[in-house]
Amino acid sequence: MTDASMSQVTTGEAGMGDYFALMKPRVMSLVIFTALVGLLVAPVAVHPFIGFVAILCIAVGAGASGALNMWWDADIDAVMKRTAKRPIPAGKVTGSEALAIGVALSGFSVVLLWLATNALAAGLLAFTIFFYAVIYSMWLKRATPQNIVIGGAAGAFPPMIGWAVATGGVSIDSALMFALIFMWTPPHFWALALFVKTDYGDAAVPMLTETHGRRATRNHVLAYTLLLIPVALGLGFTSIGGPVYLAASVILNLRFLIGVIALWRRNEVQAEADKYVVEKRVFRLSLSYLFLHFGALLVEAALGIWGLGGWS
Amino acid sequence: MSIRVEHEIHQRRRGRNIGVGLLLAGFIGIVFGLTVVKVLSLDEITQFETFDHVVRPQLETQVSE
Repeated sequence: MTDASMSQVTTGEAGMGDYFALMKPRVMSLVIFTALVGLLVAPVAVHPFIGFVAILCIAVGAGASGALNMWWDADIDAVMKRTAKRPIPAGKVTGSEALAIGVALSGFSVVLLWLATNALAAGLLAFTIFFYAVIYSMWLKRATPQNIVIGGAAGAFPPMIGWAVATGGVSIDSALMFALIFMWTPPHFWALALFVKTDYGDAAVPMLTETHGRRATRNHVLAYTLLLIPVALGLGFTSIGGPVYLAASVILNLRFLIGVIALWRRNEVQAEADKYVVEKRVFRLSLSYLFLHFGALLVEAALGIWGLGGWS
Repeated sequence: MSIRVEHEIHQRRRGRNIGVGLLLAGFIGIVFGLTVVKVLSLDEITQFETFDHVVRPQLETQVSE
């Protein structure tokens, strides 16, 4: 940690909301949603209470890894505008408290998920926490501009864990749900990095925008979007896809691709002139892109109750 | 006029105590609920039932078979 973060005044009297903020509730909402979809679209029914506990464990596990991330990254969070108000740099929670909460909740969520469901689901959750806290936060984030590409795997595991809760296994369907989030993460984050441009540089985080320039970042956003599209469409031909999903996916991909091409064709002068309006739009589009894809999978599963879902 | 002045820090502390209390109550609820669901989902209750300080001839019969 740097002197800047060490010199923060801490009262040791954090409110409950400060501890909750450690768990990155906004990230948690995406985790809860994708894990729930993974669980609900699986071909095996789960008792509602077991399903509730499983989702709770996955959410708490994600929150724990968020707390560990905030503990490790407190020094760079203090430098970046976007993260300066997080509980540790704001002086509301101490670093050691965040570490203790992160470790305790990690153990709690993994063991409870194991007891409630099965060893594979618990093992995947443990690996996800390890991947986010150690591989991404401690190693890749400050080491390589490809940090978010590989680190994106941590965010991609929840639907796979949800599927494992129900089936006790891994399949092509759950692997493609993983791949959808994994391939979606780079264009999503790089669009963000384009319009919060000064922040990552100030914190000396090797974001692609800083190491390879903004032109290269725009190229990367387009390249990863082109790789994302076949994955998203391919999911439509699995047992959890169907005509509704495929139709939604075609529209969403077309909309996203048009936005990304507009982003790719721009240069910095144009972007500065209109205050990154296209970059911000692509970022918002990427959020609805993922939510609506998983929403479409849920619609297919719901239609399946009346024998209308899927390709059969 | 109140003798004891309530400081903002006391409110935060109370909020934290209530929060921890609710979390513990929720944890008890989860463990209890899981136990009920797991036991009720057993097809054959004798999988769970053992002697438990009481002689149960029906279990002995199963063992001898």
